[in-house]
Amino acid sequence: MSVAVHIRNIEKRFREQSVLHNISLTVEGGELLALLGPSGSGKTTLLRTIAGLEFQDGGDVFFGDINARQLTLRERRIGFVFQHYALFRHMTVEDNIAFGLRARPRSQRPSEHDIRSRVFELLQLVQLDGLEKRYPAQLSGGQRQRVALARALGIEPRVLLLDEPFGALDAKIRKDLRQWLRELHQRTGHTTVFVTHDQEEAFELADRVAILNGGRIEQVGTPTQIRQRPENTFVADFLGQTATEATPIAQILPMKRKPQ
Amino acid sequence: MPRTDPIGESRLIQWVLIGISLTFLAFIVFLPLTLVFVEALRKGFGVYLAALKDAETWAALRLTLTVAAISVPLNALFGICAAWSVTKHNFAGKNLLLSLIDLPFSVSPVISGLIYVLLFGAQGWFGPWLRSHHVEIIFAVPGIVLATTFVTFPFVARELIPLMQAQGTEEEEASLSLGASGLHTFWHVTLPNIKWALLYGVLLCNARAMGEFGAVSVVSGHVRGLTNTLPLQIEILYNEYNFTAAFAVATLLASLALVTLVLKTILEWRYADQLAASHKH
Repeated sequence: MSVAVHIRNIEKRFREQSVLHNISLTVEGGELLALLGPSGSGKTTLLRTIAGLEFQDGGDVFFGDINARQLTLRERRIGFVFQHYALFRHMTVEDNIAFGLRARPRSQRPSEHDIRSRVFELLQLVQLDGLEKRYPAQLSGGQRQRVALARALGIEPRVLLLDEPFGALDAKIRKDLRQWLRELHQRTGHTTVFVTHDQEEAFELADRVAILNGGRIEQVGTPTQIRQRPENTFVADFLGQTATEATPIAQILPMKRKPQ
Repeated sequence: MPRTDPIGESRLIQWVLIGISLTFLAFIVFLPLTLVFVEALRKGFGVYLAALKDAETWAALRLTLTVAAISVPLNALFGICAAWSVTKHNFAGKNLLLSLIDLPFSVSPVISGLIYVLLFGAQGWFGPWLRSHHVEIIFAVPGIVLATTFVTFPFVARELIPLMQAQGTEEEEASLSLGASGLHTFWHVTLPNIKWALLYGVLLCNARAMGEFGAVSVVSGHVRGLTNTLPLQIEILYNEYNFTAAFAVATLLASLALVTLVLKTILEWRYADQLAASHKH
């Protein structure tokens, strides 16, 4: 279930402007990795390139040892959670979650009975049982987020990709959902990549963090590694800025103590 | 005047604005429409019915419905294609396509008719070839269908484009990434999201297709009982000082338009919640 994602020398240009320069990164099987960076750093473009929603101008993406170039978007089986969820607004929660299974070619499609029981498993997993007949417009932001996640998990994805998963939610719900997503990841074990501009979110949630700036990867490492040894001034500045603004003192202190 | 809500106008301005709108509507829309029915029934119901039973009138009604039945589906199909390509894709010449869609709105219907005469008429580009193959377009039903289709083709596209632009492409992307084919995505994601706008566009397109006069007048040739649509039939009767009959046929056309409007209102009322849902998330 949990395959590694190898990103090799990805180049991407929009018109004349280069947005991703020679990006190489490996996401280990079952790992939870954050792409962290300021807006315009290319993190969402990289995520969309992995998903196959954008085509790279150079380089390759591998799922395990399969080159993604050989796969169509359908065959990639990527669970993609959009920033604004992109739920199908005219479908109930149940139909949204079942969409991926029902869209399969007839030969690979499970029976309607199996689809339904799968949907109810997923509803329980994301703690939304009882809401299956609701429409997206009748749900709160946090509930929509979880429907989007259940829908993405419904296709038994190779890899789970989340674009600013908590971006559209208020602070209290963000914290709850973060905790919950971490637990969900531990239970399901999908290789997961998520994009965020929130350092606290990245460091609290992810096994490893890749910091992007101007279409390049500045540093990749575990939260501790990055906090303790920023590899360049950009990373140090980026951490410093947000650290003084947003991180509780207790989390900054160990970092300050280390160099002595 | 006391203000009743912080952002609204004062009561006085509200009343003046409502008053102006109502008066304007009464004089410009309601009064003429009522007059059509009053004039039609002036000589009694029997005369009215006799005018409607006329064979030429029936032929005109049949032709009008036939033309609408061909050109409206064509334009629905074209409108979906155009709106889809303009809103979901980026390509060179997109703005040109947008302007072309608006062309029938900005060009006088008479010119629209003349274009087809110049192309397919006896002296036109394809005229000799068509004659040698015994294909009649101008002064025949195909010409009327062409002219009507041309004049009414912006309606569906214009209705769909702003909605599809606002909805963006995220749901389609989600559908594709969940493994659906392009066709499955269109049927199960795109079409349900635009069905109300599509229906509006089709209804408006239909109302206009049945009422089109200028372009059809140029290509029809006014052959009685054969190439006269309802609007043309009304003009002929009117020019012959046959006022009661002219107004009687006019009530028929007006009723077709009213039915369209009522249908639209009922749908709006019946599916208000779904409509709202398709505009916001």
